[in-house]
Formats: sequence, structure tokens, C-alpha cells
Amino acid sequence: MIRPHRAHPLWYAFLLHRISGLGLALFLPVHFYMLSLALTDPARLDGFLRFTDLPLVKLAEFGLVFLLAIHLFGGLRLMALEFLPWNSQQKTLAGAAVAAAFFVAGCFFLKAI
Amino acid sequence: MSQNDSMMNVSIWRESDGDGRFETYDVPVQENQTVLDVVAYVQQAIDPTLSYRFACRVGMCGSCAMMVNGAPRWTCRTHVSKVLKNSELEIAPLRNLPVIKDLATDMDPFFEKWVAAEAVFKPTATRHDPMAPINPEDPDRVAASAAIECINCAVCYAACDVVAANDDYFGPAALNRSWSLLNDSRDGGQAERLAAVGSNGGCFNCHSQQGCVQYCPNELNPTVSIAGLKRASTKSLFGRGR
Amino acid sequence: MLNLRLYMAQRLSALVMVPLTIGHILVMIYAVQGGLSVNEILGRTQGSVSWFLFYGSFVLAVAIHAAIGVRVISYEWARLRGWHLDCVAWLVFGLLSWLGGRAVFSVTLAGGGL
Repeated sequence: MIRPHRAHPLWYAFLLHRISGLGLALFLPVHFYMLSLALTDPARLDGFLRFTDLPLVKLAEFGLVFLLAIHLFGGLRLMALEFLPWNSQQKTLAGAAVAAAFFVAGCFFLKAI
Repeated sequence: MSQNDSMMNVSIWRESDGDGRFETYDVPVQENQTVLDVVAYVQQAIDPTLSYRFACRVGMCGSCAMMVNGAPRWTCRTHVSKVLKNSELEIAPLRNLPVIKDLATDMDPFFEKWVAAEAVFKPTATRHDPMAPINPEDPDRVAASAAIECINCAVCYAACDVVAANDDYFGPAALNRSWSLLNDSRDGGQAERLAAVGSNGGCFNCHSQQGCVQYCPNELNPTVSIAGLKRASTKSLFGRGR
Repeated sequence: MLNLRLYMAQRLSALVMVPLTIGHILVMIYAVQGGLSVNEILGRTQGSVSWFLFYGSFVLAVAIHAAIGVRVISYEWARLRGWHLDCVAWLVFGLLSWLGGRAVFSVTLAGGGL
């Protein structure tokens, strides 16, 4: 349940940015470990890469690309807010960031399947 | 007596000596009624021990700020018809402040942070000096004036989740005033002010959630001010003080 | 609890990562076509100083950025304070630098592969 005082778009933008960042921070150690198998056990890495051909994994990868893209675009909105002249269209920019992230992740997904 | 066809179920936070809970009251619905009217009715007609603050009751002083259905508002400027849900209303003291009794909060922490953020004017002239010429078109003056209408009602302070999560954080109101003064050509305390806003409790804690913007009854934008402070503070890192 | 230095490190690492992230997403969109395999990847990346520098700087920047980000979350949501907070931040930085560095080395300069 979201508390009533938080029920406005830019708070959700904040939450999305924080959750995506945390999600990425948790994902990266696993990602790095798998990649380092290129040196220690390349056959196992190859097997894992074949496993990623599964449609469900492709869907998960879509999610990961979305997390990365939304964190990037949201972060750009924040840095523009802090260092460039004020843009009063903050809600529009936040919405555009989500749309752009979906677009990028969608492109990835369509290429991946 | 106005006609009252219906009653509403009002939950009001009651607290004394740290022991707090919601208590419900049956309040008659009036045609034109503010949440402040509801609180006043409860205190006058049902329970005289209810404590609450108000002063002007016309939306100028900010004394009547409370949490209405979970959102910080001036109760004198909140029409019951706009917030009533299923004939129910919830009224609580402002968030992020200690409660003295019932709906009255202790504003000391709010004002202590105000001072800590150097949101206090430091004069450079005396009454014997000529008046300072201020050009209203000057960009600094425009920036200062845009942030100046704060009446310290603490609605933004109650709305802010960083204030809730971070005891040191000065909060939107104090930082907004600091920004206004940073742009004031008459003020002589800019070095201390920059140091304060760049400190542990300062502007860098703001996540731009913009709850302050959402709820400020004077339609101020502390997020803009805090962004300005971030820029000013980072500029000072490279030697250019203000 | 963020001071000027931590804030600047956070923002600077973010700025550095803007082109790196866009580059990485584009590379992934290109590479994922037709499925992934070790030979396909390593065939392109092994012995490449450019890929080493690209992903090496990415790892360093993300280690700094994530450590400070997790530090703020630990402070605000997990209510950690004092040395617990510093511990978590350094742990994140250390883990990501170490694992990331190993990954970059394995994929670019290690001379491995099937």
C-alpha cells in the first residue's frame, strides 16, 4: 500500500529509479561472475549462453535491459534537473523516460527472439 | 442552525504524553465546511480536551496545517466535500514532527534546522546607511523573489520522505529560504550559508521526489531552489565562491 | 548524509557511464541477434585493448556509483549508521570492482576461450 502523500507521478519516478538501481546492483555480481567463466570454464559459459535462448530468459533479459535503460534515462532527467535551467515539464520528462526505456528494451527483445 | 442531513465519521489522532491513537467522532456534514470547521466542531461540541492550532483561518498564516487523509494540507483551505470518502475523514498531526498533544506538533526541530541551514538574513548595512538599491529585473533578485513567499507552515517538511528517513536533513523549507537569501545582494553570510547547505544535512540529500512542490499551499518550488543550491555548492568546489 | 564529495563522485561516475551504457545497450542489441555463444563473443573481444578499456572504465564507474547508491539506500531504508554504513558501501565497491575486473580481464585480455 502506497501512503497517500506519495501518490503522485514524480514520487513513482523516484521509486522506479531507486528500485532499478538496486536491481542492477544485485544483478551485476552474478553477471560479472558468469562472464569470468570465459577464463575458468568457457564450456560452462557456453552452456549458460545456450540456456539464455529460452523465451522465458529472453523475457527476463527484456526486464534487465528495461531496468538499465530506465535508470539511465531517469538519471539523465535528474542531472538535467540539477545542472541545467529548470524544466517545468518534469512529469512529461519522467513519462518520456519510461517510454524511451520500453522502446529500447523492446528493440532488444525483438532482436533477441 | 444549518440543516444537516447526514453525518460523517471523523478519525482524529489523540495523543498525550507519547500515548497516541485514532478516535472517531460523528460530525454533521454542512454545505460549506472546511476540515478546520470539523476540528473546531469536535472541540466545541463533543470533546473540549482536543488540542489543535489555528490562527487566521483564511489561508494566510499556515498554523492549521495537518495531515488530512494522509496528505499534508492547510485545514482551513481544505473543503470537506473535496476530501470526504465514504463519509469518512482522517485527521492527524503533521508528519515528521514530534507531537505535543493531539493535533499540535512541536515546531522546534523545524526551526532549529532553519537556523542550521543559515536560512537567516545576515545584514551588511545599518539603519544609518542609505537603502540598498534592488533592481527587480536582476536575475538574482528574480530567483530570490520566486522563493520568498514561504510562511514556514511545514507542509513541505511533512510531505518529504527524505526528512522522514534522514534526521539530519534540513528539509525543503529551510533550504528554499537559504536559496532565496543566497541570491540576496544585501546579505553578508554567503560563505557560511554555502558551507551549511553543502554539509551533512544539506541539499545533496534531496532526491527530487517533489512532494514539496506537490503540496506547497503557496505554490513554491523548493526542488528548484535545492537544485540551485546544488549548483552553487558544486561551483564553490572549484574555487568560485558566491 | 551525502556530502559534496560523495555527491560529486556519484554524479561524475554517472556522467562517465552515459556513453558507456548507451554503447553497451547497442552492442547487446547487435550481439544478441541469432543467439549467443562463447566463441562468437570471445572471437571479437579477446586480445582487444579497446574493449578492455571500454568495459574496464565501465566497471570502475559502476563500482563507485553503485556503492554510493547502496550507501544512501542502506541509510534511508535499512537505517544503517556509522561503520555499518561504511562497511556496506566498501563491500559493494570491492565486490563489483573485483568481480567486474575479473570479468573484463577474462573476456578481453586473458587469452581464454573454447
